[in-house]
Amino acid sequence: MAAAARFFIRGANSKLSITAIGTGSQCSFGATLVKLSPSSNSRTKSQRRHAAHFTFQPDPEQTQYGPTQKMNLFQSVTSALDNTLANDPTAVIFGEDVAFGGVFRCTVGLRDKYGKDRVFNTPLCEQGIVGFGIGAAVAGATAIAEIQFADYIYPAFDQIVNEAAKYRYRSGNLFDCGNLTIRAPWGCVGHGSLYHSQSPEAFFAHCPGIKVVIPRSPVQAKGLLLSCIADQNPCIFFEPKILYRAAVEQVPVESYTIPLSQADIVQEGSDVTLVAWGTQIHVMREVANMAQEKLGVSCEVIDLQTILPWDVETVCKSVVKTGRLLISHEAPITGGFAAEISSSVQEECFLNLEAPIKDDQLLNPVSQLLVSLNPRLSTFLLRSSYQWRSARKRHFVDHPIRKQHPDGLHVPSVFCILKTVTSPLH
Amino acid sequence: MLTNISNVLRATAQRNGAVALVSARTYADFTTEASFEIKKCDIHKLEEAPATQVVMTRDEGLQYYRVMQTIRRMELKADQLYKQKIIRGFCHLYDGQEACAVGIEAGINLTDHLITAYRAHGYTYTRGGTVKQIMAELTGRRGGIAKGKGGSMHMYTKNFYGGNGIVGAQVPLGAGVALACKYLENNQVSVSLYGDGAANQGQIFEAYNMAALWKLPAIFICENNRYGMGTSVERSAASTDYYKRGDYISGLRVDGMDVLCVREATKFAADHCRAGKGPILMELQTYRYHGHSMSDPGVSYRTREEIQEVRGKSDPISLLKDRMLSNNMASIEELKEIDVSVRKEIEDAAQFATTDPEPPLEELCNHIFYNDSPMEVRGTNPWTKLKSVS
Ligand SMILES: Cc1ncc(C[n+]2csc(CCOP(=O)(O)OP(=O)(O)O)c2C)c(N)n1
Ligand SMILES: [Mg+2]
Repeated sequence: MAAAARFFIRGANSKLSITAIGTGSQCSFGATLVKLSPSSNSRTKSQRRHAAHFTFQPDPEQTQYGPTQKMNLFQSVTSALDNTLANDPTAVIFGEDVAFGGVFRCTVGLRDKYGKDRVFNTPLCEQGIVGFGIGAAVAGATAIAEIQFADYIYPAFDQIVNEAAKYRYRSGNLFDCGNLTIRAPWGCVGHGSLYHSQSPEAFFAHCPGIKVVIPRSPVQAKGLLLSCIADQNPCIFFEPKILYRAAVEQVPVESYTIPLSQADIVQEGSDVTLVAWGTQIHVMREVANMAQEKLGVSCEVIDLQTILPWDVETVCKSVVKTGRLLISHEAPITGGFAAEISSSVQEECFLNLEAPIKDDQLLNPVSQLLVSLNPRLSTFLLRSSYQWRSARKRHFVDHPIRKQHPDGLHVPSVFCILKTVTSPLH
Repeated sequence: MLTNISNVLRATAQRNGAVALVSARTYADFTTEASFEIKKCDIHKLEEAPATQVVMTRDEGLQYYRVMQTIRRMELKADQLYKQKIIRGFCHLYDGQEACAVGIEAGINLTDHLITAYRAHGYTYTRGGTVKQIMAELTGRRGGIAKGKGGSMHMYTKNFYGGNGIVGAQVPLGAGVALACKYLENNQVSVSLYGDGAANQGQIFEAYNMAALWKLPAIFICENNRYGMGTSVERSAASTDYYKRGDYISGLRVDGMDVLCVREATKFAADHCRAGKGPILMELQTYRYHGHSMSDPGVSYRTREEIQEVRGKSDPISLLKDRMLSNNMASIEELKEIDVSVRKEIEDAAQFATTDPEPPLEELCNHIFYNDSPMEVRGTNPWTKLKSVS
């Protein structure tokens, strides 16, 4: 519901990120790297509330797709769905509470505009929702299913992996559910805890026959979602929920597509390749700026965008040029998608590599859930100065984790790893 | 802090006043037990229904009152702490549904087993958790019932298997617990709770089938509070007769706002299970006053009038209170005295929950696996390692 959205997005309006990166030139255990801004005490309440672990960086406005409008990420998703319903009479949208706009407001107004037979609520039954979507798609409808949170996609895992993904192959191309798109809010949000924070892309990346896509911004979200809907394969479209409101750009009003399986080089560079997707792109951009400023290291930042099938060529070309690769994602390291990239790059570019490939992840390798258990702790690990208002001093300055993990903030942490990858360069 | 102290003071002052008033009347003046006509349950695949003429003693009444009032006050305090941002993350409140938890508990034994979803604060209390432990769990402190690591949705205590976040997932677990009861021949029953929204998940039906197939002592209870998040029952269920949805499983539809109805029906259901007749289903018709979770004001999909109407006409606490007063089972002053002491308990617990320290860093990674020797866990960067023990 609307309200849930408000709850979720609160605090994600990131105008402020980590304000002070310590001058420490040494990276020993990262301990001296990050210093909390001394001014954090004097920040206003609202500033403190809005601090996140990243700063959203909009892309330059694109005009090739016609007139644009200011939209945040959830509005750009709505706009894509709106275009689809308008242009494709077979398109239907369904999911838990979507007729009222959905938890994150992505479908607001669509039922009223296109009717309740095209935008409708389902009962609470994820396995049913996806199975139903496969059936609708195989019979010719453009089926767009919403799973309320990526964390709740698992009851539908079987339908996705065994039914959707294998339909075309096992029928010798007689049947397919390529018209199916599954959307789900994804990733960390700071206070989501166990069941509202997960980044499960790697589970699905193991499964040939489906496509997995994650956008970094409103413009990319709309273009990529429209591509997923048009694509003749079942697609899972994960939407970084922390960006729903925090990310605002000028988004083309009309339909346009951004090709799948094509990585986007968001910043060119020559010394090291940084690969990420979703929210983490913004962290990487910040790291790249920092590397340039502090180390004179030039980073090439690549947004993978499509996790499956991924753009090996763009990444490898870049690594051939730079000789170094750092991949960072929110999901746990073990079995994470970085491992797949790393292994392919090792194979393709072994002789070009100047340093071991580094993976980094936002939270913990054994289990991201681990730190998400306690909303306060997960908040801490995600954000430099979140809304611990009442007892801020104790929690924030004197909190044991703060003391012992002074580098538990993300940009500096990645930066620190980057220093090891690029050490001979500076 | 100041308000806290003044509340405590006010509470003491009131209590003194109340004591003085109560002592003007001796307990011997009160009716020690009375008989009540309660609403008849609708039944499915049953020959008999639970009794409609039931007896409640004064002591039982006072106890139900106190427990329901404690749950209500605890939830209202949680609401307040949430708004002060002392409680973070997800928080689903139970106010309005108190008669369900209290009635169920009055119909089974503490040695029986219970599992529910994320709306778990009330059950944690009736199953034996203390207000302090619950509040401290809500604020994520060491003294919390799950050591401050579970939060609102994940609370556990003896014979209470949680506190589960994934809608519907707890129900097959409850059937498994029922199998254990049967296997151990301990004459215990297992109660699995789920919402009207959860009732549409496929696993619920898988659990029904297994429980009926193997005649397990399982009581499946659907707390029908009319909404699953923003979707009303009519918009999500082909049949809103939740008590019949076990098809081949006997069922009862119960007034979930009346603690006595819930108690009688639960006793009936437990007897059914203990007699070896297999599982039974109950639908408790109830209502949640708060929105779905703290982020939902709860008025975009239902009217304020609807909420007011339920509050005014079928509030479970008022219903019990009226019964007790009109049957001379208690005095207003005495109930007020209970209110005051409940309020004090809540205030003390809140005080504890806001001052108790958070779990220490060393515990952050514990309990991932069972392991004899500590396991090393990577911290937020590759250089920091944490120890994990279980
Ligand atoms: C598998 C799964 N899907 C979706 C959710 C999100 N969700 C949490 S509670 C809820 C509504 C459940 O309603 P109901 O079963 O009636 O219980 P109530 O909240 O009314 O107590 C939803 C959709 C979830 N937690 N798990
Ligand atoms: Mg409900």
